[in-house]
Amino acid sequence: MFSGFMVNAWLVATIVALVAGVVGFFVVLRGSAFQAHAIPNGAFAGAAGANLIGVNPLIGLGVFSLGAALGIARLSRRGRSDVVTALALMMMLALGAAFISQSTQYEPQIFSLLFGEILGVSSSQVAPVAVLGAVCVVAVAILYRRLLMTSIAPEIAAARGLRPERVEMAFLVVIACSTTMTVPVVGALLIFSLMIGPPAAARSFSNRPDVAMLGSVVIALFTVWAALASSYTTNWPVGFYVGVFSAAWFGLGRTYAHLRRTRGAMRRRIPSA
Amino acid sequence: MRFLFEPGLFSNAPVQTAFVLGGVTAAVSAIVGVFTVVRGQSFAGHALTDVATTGGSGSFLLGISPLLGFIGAGVIGAGAMELAGVQRRRGRDVATGIVLGAATGLAALFLYLDTTRSATTGVTQQILFGSIFTVDPGTIPVVVVLSVVTLALIAWMYRPLLLSSLSSELASARGVGVRRVSLLFMLTLAISVGLSSVAIGSVLSTALLIGPAAASLRLTRNLRRAFVYAGVLGVLATWLGIVFAYDSYYWDPSSRGLPVSFFIVSIVFLAYLVSGLGVVRRFVARRDDRRVRPSSVAEVV
Repeated sequence: MFSGFMVNAWLVATIVALVAGVVGFFVVLRGSAFQAHAIPNGAFAGAAGANLIGVNPLIGLGVFSLGAALGIARLSRRGRSDVVTALALMMMLALGAAFISQSTQYEPQIFSLLFGEILGVSSSQVAPVAVLGAVCVVAVAILYRRLLMTSIAPEIAAARGLRPERVEMAFLVVIACSTTMTVPVVGALLIFSLMIGPPAAARSFSNRPDVAMLGSVVIALFTVWAALASSYTTNWPVGFYVGVFSAAWFGLGRTYAHLRRTRGAMRRRIPSA
Repeated sequence: MRFLFEPGLFSNAPVQTAFVLGGVTAAVSAIVGVFTVVRGQSFAGHALTDVATTGGSGSFLLGISPLLGFIGAGVIGAGAMELAGVQRRRGRDVATGIVLGAATGLAALFLYLDTTRSATTGVTQQILFGSIFTVDPGTIPVVVVLSVVTLALIAWMYRPLLLSSLSSELASARGVGVRRVSLLFMLTLAISVGLSSVAIGSVLSTALLIGPAAASLRLTRNLRRAFVYAGVLGVLATWLGIVFAYDSYYWDPSSRGLPVSFFIVSIVFLAYLVSGLGVVRRFVARRDDRRVRPSSVAEVV
């Protein structure tokens, strides 16, 4: 399980979990789940287009995910952001369908772009993933206070002269950056599940942003490691385990928060009775 | 007209099926879509197509009818979202995302098992994109019946749904069971979305749910008028898209033609962008004023 091609899989999975835990914390806090779903999912159309004109699929992915991030941020200023995201995603998927209809053999590649090929990661792919992951984590570190302020206390942020639409655009670009490199390796679905389940669970366990972010990273790490081990032993897709484990973490977090609330209410009730 | 309608367009059986199915599902999607956009549930509307698609890929495995798989999974997904807390505006997208993530994980498993157990090629692409031209005409009656059921559900809960969509506080003050209405709407959305994903594919399903509704809501503040605009826009976009897709086979003798979803989504997307232009909004608003007394969504309530 820890030899040969699996070494690369473990390495990449760990990097992806670190990035997803950090970026995902703000995805959950800011309510950007739809954008986090739409950008990697729509970006695959870019890979299909690059495939058609014979350039490196990574360039197509990069162009489309960046275009999606900037387009959604721009159009959201004048329209509802969820509507804009839905329509932008559909436009990209329709373009993807058009690209695929013009090429002949694409099916296995669609499958691997959506669901990932983490077990087929080559050594040359590890370094770019690590670099791009580091860029994303650094970007979040720089934006940390601004992201926190505009999501938790928009009035104070405005009073300090922060422009929320600029922060939003920067954050969408971070999402685009974190998905470009990871989509061909782990798939659009896996990265999305990791960005939602573990951070949402971590927020149920702690109200402090720094603790919750750390928790989000730790839970994301456990999730991918468990998923990778399960996938290795059963031969079923990694994406399946990541999706199910992430949802399970969310359920666990919600149960914990519920128990704490009801027990807190009981404790408050006893002295007054 | 010859340059728009290539020979044999209207005598072609798959095209006739596409016109009927596309028209019906576009109209129903547009009506349900107006409520989806007003309630801010576009993400749920889109996520349910992916959940329904999971059911579609599972149905190949279980050997049940795809329609049952699509709608069954959609209904289960809607219930799960409700359970995860989709009814509260805060954290709604996370609840939707969790169900979406779990469902796509399951889809990964189903598609993996589909492709390893049976050597059918094209399953992935067919499930993910669908095609309006490959639909069996035998599904028309089922689609029509379920469309009528969807519209009947909407008509039945019209006023409580409208009230709770605009202001849940006001609705509960008037004795509307907001939670029950929300669950009922999610189920209606699931049926409508499952239906359109199986009939016209998952990409078109979301585009026709959100696009026409969002465009029409930018043009008018009168909700009844918004239903009409959305329905007309959805049906027109679908029919035009079908014509273009059929014609595209003739544009270049060597080409394979372009998919119908590409044309329909492009038209809808363009319509949404155009509806945001000040000129267009003022023009429609002036015509509205001339025909009816100015009234807003708030006054409808």
